Amino acid sequence: MAHSPRNSFLKPGIARKSRSKTFGLHALYKKNKAAIAAAKPEAPKTITKTVGGAKNGNTRVVPAVKAPRFYPAEDAPVPKVNRKTVGTATLRKSITPGTVLIILAGRFRGKRVVFLKQLSSGLLLVTGPYKVNGVPLRRVNQAYVVATSTKIELPAVAENIDDAFFQKKAEKKDAERVAAQKDVDDKILAVVKKTPLLKAYLNAKFTLTKGQTVHNMKF
Amino acid sequence: MVEFKKIVEVGRVVMITYGPDAGKLAVIVDIIDHARALIDGPTTNVARQAMSFKRLNLTAVKVANLPRGASSPVVAKRLADQKISEVFAKTTYAKKLAARAARANLTDFGRFKLMIAKKQRRNVINREFAKLKKQN
Repeated sequence: MAHSPRNSFLKPGIARKSRSKTFGLHALYKKNKAAIAAAKPEAPKTITKTVGGAKNGNTRVVPAVKAPRFYPAEDAPVPKVNRKTVGTATLRKSITPGTVLIILAGRFRGKRVVFLKQLSSGLLLVTGPYKVNGVPLRRVNQAYVVATSTKIELPAVAENIDDAFFQKKAEKKDAERVAAQKDVDDKILAVVKKTPLLKAYLNAKFTLTKGQTVHNMKF
Repeated sequence: MVEFKKIVEVGRVVMITYGPDAGKLAVIVDIIDHARALIDGPTTNVARQAMSFKRLNLTAVKVANLPRGASSPVVAKRLADQKISEVFAKTTYAKKLAARAARANLTDFGRFKLMIAKKQRRNVINREFAKLKKQN
């Protein structure tokens, strides 16, 4: 049954609903999920046939599928094999461990956080620290941050934190996360406290005020 | 009547505000007409050229003993002898320009520290102001 479009334009080019929101409206969960068929055992390529005639050795191995008698005169087009793979993002030069970043999107937008390291998925591991501004150990895409020129001398922290640390699992990992957060916070705070006003700076949200234009500003 | 202190005259140091030489100092060497002057800035890499007054800011500094239409080497010598760049740096206009540049070059952390400093200043001033208000 036809229905009206799920999405509409606020202004030409600016959709009312995001891509993920419209996807959600597809209501795919209502549709029957196709069960994944079990892998069939591979059919044998050759068959042993019995043949008549005394001199023919009784049996003969024949291909299961006969080769075609005719071949196409012209080459049939074969789709190109795509050899492209998705690689991990290269880290922006301005982002080095200890750099203070400004998060631009998501529920922590406007928060200033400390960059710890890049994970193997290419995402950035950051922390508020949690004690200062409430941003926990968290992964962010570098596209959604502004790198500032402010850097702290990062002590050795979060060495064993990887992408798996953030995976949702059945068993509760709260205790592990709290412990990791506390360890990271304590070490970073010790360094942050050395610079006057730095803690207050991390606690403050980034905003634009009158007359400020991002492209003309230095970070 | 208000007495003008910055006059268009030979030897007047000007700040170029537009074009490729924007932000550089030069000296008026000759006045062509009511709209343009011949300027020269041998010590600031400004070629000798005619320029509209619209693109020039007159400064309070003047080069003394500069004859009309003086050649570039003469201008350079007068600028160096009278230490014009140092004299200019002491003017209010130069200080204002320097402050503006310093503000523009602030980093994010610098802007935050500036905000805090301004808050503290405001706090002190307002407290004193309130005291005075009470007295009267």
